[in-house]
Amino acid sequence: MQPVIELNSLSVQLGKHQVLREINSSFTGRTIGLLGPNGAGKSTLISTLLGFWPITSGSARVLGYDVARESKQIRALVGYMPENDSFISGMTAVSFICMMAELSGLPAEQALERAHEALFYVGLGEARYRTLGTYSLGMKQLAKLAQAIVHGPKLVILDEPTNGLDPPARQRMIRLVREMRDAGEMHIVLCSHLLRDVEETCEEVVILKQGRVVHYSNLENERKLNKKFVELELHGNGNTDNFVAAVESLGCESAPGALNRLKLILGDNTEVSDIYRIAAEQNVQLRRMNFRRDTLEEIFLKAMEPNNNGRI
Amino acid sequence: MAVYKRTYRGYAGGLTPDWSRFLVMFRYSRRNLFRSKLMNGFFLLCFFFPLLCLLGIYANDHLAALLPSQLGQAKLLKVDGHFFLIFLVVQCFLAFILTVFIGPGLVSPDLANGALTLYLCRPLSRLEYVVGKLSVLAIVLSCATWIPGLILFFVQSSLSGWDWMIKNSWIASGIFLGSWIWILSISLLALALSAWVKWRIAAGGLMLGVLFMGGGFAAAINSVLQTQQGHLLDVSFLISAIWQDLLHDSGERPLPLAEAWFGVFAFAAACFYLLMKKIKANEVVR
Repeated sequence: MQPVIELNSLSVQLGKHQVLREINSSFTGRTIGLLGPNGAGKSTLISTLLGFWPITSGSARVLGYDVARESKQIRALVGYMPENDSFISGMTAVSFICMMAELSGLPAEQALERAHEALFYVGLGEARYRTLGTYSLGMKQLAKLAQAIVHGPKLVILDEPTNGLDPPARQRMIRLVREMRDAGEMHIVLCSHLLRDVEETCEEVVILKQGRVVHYSNLENERKLNKKFVELELHGNGNTDNFVAAVESLGCESAPGALNRLKLILGDNTEVSDIYRIAAEQNVQLRRMNFRRDTLEEIFLKAMEPNNNGRI
Repeated sequence: MAVYKRTYRGYAGGLTPDWSRFLVMFRYSRRNLFRSKLMNGFFLLCFFFPLLCLLGIYANDHLAALLPSQLGQAKLLKVDGHFFLIFLVVQCFLAFILTVFIGPGLVSPDLANGALTLYLCRPLSRLEYVVGKLSVLAIVLSCATWIPGLILFFVQSSLSGWDWMIKNSWIASGIFLGSWIWILSISLLALALSAWVKWRIAAGGLMLGVLFMGGGFAAAINSVLQTQQGHLLDVSFLISAIWQDLLHDSGERPLPLAEAWFGVFAFAAACFYLLMKKIKANEVVR
């Protein structure tokens, strides 16, 4: 599968400040989350991919095109929703979106049709003839999303899409991103410092810190892997030692915890039903069973530890 | 697809040619121009003087029919380079006022609202953006300057005959070239100032300041230093020196023509440089 974004020793320097340092990564997922604290280089990475900042050393490719030499081709295939306020206050939403579609190369008639569609899709259908200057912050965010998808891009880059939104508006934005992901017609890069946004929408996560990639994880794979971690609370008159021995004989690893707790890593061929069966055989009560996994917050906090050199 | 179907779908249709994208900028910018009644009124006012000239040229050629025989032999006007120089001075002044109205509104709202990022993240270069915005001014100002100028020239040619037209073809090229020098210079000035000031009223005021205070500075430098080089700061003076040459006018020329051309070129280049410094998708926040 062709990578959506490929970074080879990418470095970017703005003035005297080295913002991105020797980044090597390749992303193929449908939704890629870009995480990092403020000043980590997320927005600079996005701007570089769009050709706004020159590459100091290394190279980057987006959808197979070289960022340094083929930025116009990249921009034709990419939709971008910037973080900051970006609109033209005197224009109606439909004219604005239509103009953006035409600038992306759509003929005027199709641009107008798709502008209406995009505004309905993001939920601004009823407000599409209002001028953008009269929109609330949430509506402006949705209008920015509409302009990013109006021309049917292959890759959409969303820079802090839920910034400043109230909880219902945030939920609506997340739902839209998920719908776009599930429609399967585009790749999405979601840049945020809100872990929940990324966790709810992304398959792959890249964590940046001080211009370097400090962690990459495929959340889908981790979710599958983490289902193998089980925490049990045991009670009853039965012999818990026998229970542990029987479980280990199935290929599980175990570690006893406090208060009758037992942590298990299930073997490849072990099912949860096997544990129930052994518990019944050994007359042990299972009071609690948790599937324990690292949350994105834990992953992020580990990545942000001062002595972290890029490994978690 | 009907608009009520709220599902996302990609686009698989045809695209417009790359080179034509700047025309989109032109089309959308032009739409907003004539919304103000004041602007419409002033635009119409720009055609008053050409109409007066047209009547003058017509009356000049038909005096014999309009007046008794002896008086009719005389000419009311001498339609020559000087006549068209006056036309150019009046129309270019009106064009400047028109630019004060229109120019700042083209770029400053985009910069003030951060819309440049949205333009430039599409297959549109910075230069295409500037050309798109500049073309709005170029077309509107052309309607007030060289287009009526050439109409007057061709009317005079049709009345005076083919020989007059061939003999005075330099007037046509002078009107055309002289107008374009003015149009490009003041358009670049308007866009550059509005890009830096980002407030259209202030940018308009600053335009007036640059033009009139430039003259004031030039006069001050000339009188203090006992020189004529101060005129290099007065772009309107420099351009009128070029017009004088293009339209073969025999007025006083305190500066050599090459210096006038150099001054205008340097002025336009400086405006273009300042403009391009601001036309960026991102601004570095230090």
